[in-house]
Amino acid sequence: MTMSILTAPEAISDTKQVCYHCGEECRDEVLHTDEHDFCCDGCVTVYSLLKERDLCQYYAIDGAQGISPDPTFYKGKYDHLDQPEVYEKMIEFTDGRLTTVYWYLPKMHCSSCIWLLEHLYRLNPAVRSSVVNFPEKKARITFDTGALRLSELAALLTRIGYEPYLSMDDLSGKKAGKWNRTRLYKIGIAGFAFGNIMMLSFPEYFHLGQNASDQNLRTLFGILNLALSLPVLFYCAADFYKSAWAALKGRYLNIDAPIALALSCVFLISIYQLATQTGPGYLDSFAGAVFFMLVGRYFQDKTYAGVSFDRDYKSYFPIAISVIEHGKETRKPITGLQKGDHMLVRNEELIPADAVLQSAVALIDYSFVSGESQPVERQKGDTIYAGGKQKGAAIELEVLREVSQSYLTQLWNNEAFTHEKDDAGKSLAARINRYFSLTVLGIAAVTFAIWFFVYKNPETAFLAFTTTLLVACPCALLLSSTFTNGNLLSVFSRNRFYPKNAHSIERLAHIDVVVFDKTGTITLPDDAKIDFIGEPSTRDEIVMIKTLVEQSSHPLSRQITKHLSDAPISRRVLTGFSETSGKGMSAQWGARVVKMGSASWTGAAGSDDDDRQSSRVYVAIDDVVKGYFTIRSKYRPELAETLTALRRAGIGTCLLSGDRPTDRDLLTPLFGENALLLFNQKPEEKLDFVRELQHKGRHVLMVGDGLNDAGALRQSDVGLAVSDDINNFSPSCDAIVEGNRLSLLPGYISLARSGQRIIRQSFAISLIYNILGLSFAVTGHLSPVIAAILMPVSSITIVAFTTLASNAAARRCLKKLTNVIN
Amino acid sequence: MSALYLLIIASLLVALGFLGAFIWSVRKGHYDDDYTPSVRILLDDSEKP
Repeated sequence: MTMSILTAPEAISDTKQVCYHCGEECRDEVLHTDEHDFCCDGCVTVYSLLKERDLCQYYAIDGAQGISPDPTFYKGKYDHLDQPEVYEKMIEFTDGRLTTVYWYLPKMHCSSCIWLLEHLYRLNPAVRSSVVNFPEKKARITFDTGALRLSELAALLTRIGYEPYLSMDDLSGKKAGKWNRTRLYKIGIAGFAFGNIMMLSFPEYFHLGQNASDQNLRTLFGILNLALSLPVLFYCAADFYKSAWAALKGRYLNIDAPIALALSCVFLISIYQLATQTGPGYLDSFAGAVFFMLVGRYFQDKTYAGVSFDRDYKSYFPIAISVIEHGKETRKPITGLQKGDHMLVRNEELIPADAVLQSAVALIDYSFVSGESQPVERQKGDTIYAGGKQKGAAIELEVLREVSQSYLTQLWNNEAFTHEKDDAGKSLAARINRYFSLTVLGIAAVTFAIWFFVYKNPETAFLAFTTTLLVACPCALLLSSTFTNGNLLSVFSRNRFYPKNAHSIERLAHIDVVVFDKTGTITLPDDAKIDFIGEPSTRDEIVMIKTLVEQSSHPLSRQITKHLSDAPISRRVLTGFSETSGKGMSAQWGARVVKMGSASWTGAAGSDDDDRQSSRVYVAIDDVVKGYFTIRSKYRPELAETLTALRRAGIGTCLLSGDRPTDRDLLTPLFGENALLLFNQKPEEKLDFVRELQHKGRHVLMVGDGLNDAGALRQSDVGLAVSDDINNFSPSCDAIVEGNRLSLLPGYISLARSGQRIIRQSFAISLIYNILGLSFAVTGHLSPVIAAILMPVSSITIVAFTTLASNAAARRCLKKLTNVIN
Repeated sequence: MSALYLLIIASLLVALGFLGAFIWSVRKGHYDDDYTPSVRILLDDSEKP
């Protein structure tokens, strides 16, 4: 009787089908609708929704690849959005009738997404308009408040696969600043002033209009130049002064301090010259410098508009959680959670506060907090710490501590989080500048003294003094580091590595030890190495096993399902399925009894304690143990090469894992004989380990992914967060890298080192210009036209040199490694 | 020479006009997103409205 089923033709097919909606390979049963194949009900739902509204053009757009909607969505998930205090913070604007939201939709990924999201009005006529900002992955949606509630809009987006990312950060009232526009205003005004001042200064460059009759004209030009430069000084350059002042108050010099000093000097000297009618001043250089520097910073920052670096625990937590009050389920913002509240946590939801379990059992995945890769089981009455994720059926918990006082959030009270990383005076440019500024001041003073006391010529003495200060104005020097780092930032981001700022690159260049986290960092997040050990199974037994594990939502079952993706399933003969939490599951397959689970459950001889190295799932058919699956985390394939390359570059490697010491034997050869491999590390211990290393004078790069690394990332010289979706979750860090690019790390470090070399070389070039200019200036022969030419020429050479040199370095450092990946 | 005064003022006014146009376009959000419009223009409206 079983035989007839085994030979059923539809049960086995070898061709792989691709889902029409999401483009993923269909791993389970293939669903057919309208002659298209789909991988899951979610995709069919979206397809039917689009078809019903005549939006199938979506699939015709080049590169269209839909998103399978989140299977954990349930009705009422967004009900809290309608509560007035939440509502107000989620929207951008409302006039009572129409409301506008500007939401972050991280799943947006291609041009068809733009098309679909901008046609939302067809899915629901209450949506008046929707405009996508693709680089920021945001959509501004205007809808009719009377016809559509905010929760319904969020549900609509989730149903078509674009779940909005709403976090507690929004609740605490942080609104994205309009920095972009302010910067553009400043650039526009500085450019306008620069152009016009140059035009008005033109006669001076060629010594025209020197006769007495032109005196009035010259005075007018001077006044106009001054008027034009006032907005540049007070508006466009204000950021330099603010940042310099903040640095001085903190008793250190930052890169903006010499800029501010140079700008003030140039401006004051110009006013002096104009007032005494001794010269035209240098307002053109002044406006030009501000303009060029603003442009440089604009491009530097633009790449980073969509990447967020300074996230704390609030970004990880959901906005609201289901709470049971008087036997009824309501959604409550988690900031309002109080001790004693009963919350309901569903499959895959994060537990926001320390709580006591009220349901019989729970399966908690702490990988995000502690790095443990296997979910742990908890019984009724156990305390469950915040940050865990429930896997499986919904559980009820009683809140023990408010969110802000939870075990997890305590980490943020560590002193590592209370101060910014100290960049003061550490950057190469700042160090060189300090000597440079002193030298220039010295030369100017000596020149002044010689002209004044030796040659008794006070007039030339003043002229030589000011022009020395001016021509040696560190603009070219500043440009060299700004543009090198700016270009490196964009080269890095093209290679999916996102340093936070120029300082991060400079610190990266000095790294001499790399500390890796294990789970999620060097292991693949969604992939496991699964082997079947035992009698080789026949084809039909594999179908049997797959069908059984397919019924279960246990993470190990999910991984086995994925492992057996080639095998088909056949549900029709499966009866009497039952799952005993923490033990295993059993079912009838025709007349045969299939059991899967722990050793004791299946009656296998081995003990469950054997699996120090991996997790095991035993399979027994008709009470005969067939064998077991071993499930161990799978390491990133290029890990060995990466580690070897790092060691060859003289960089030490360590492992710091929150997980059990599985795979120690496997990892030891990879990390080298003398490497430290530490397991069972708590978040604070990781932080302390990094601090220890730093006390020994090492420069530490910490690579991590989860909240459990947050402290260590913060403490390290460079905290590198690994994320498979850079726009999604990442702890507060100095750089973010995409998971599959982690193998390029040695290349990134050597590129950062080349960057430092390039900055030194361009300093040398600008020094040559400065010496040239100075030699004119100290002799008192520098005419305004030479100053006006020297300034832009030196700047342009520096910009060209840094760009070309850093691009060449990027090719050298990253090309070989990139080829390996692609 | 007096013509020059007029010319200077005229040229400054013209330049101010362009600066004003630039600021206006920034205020209207023309520079908020420099990528999406380039894609949007290539997406056809569906045949059946």
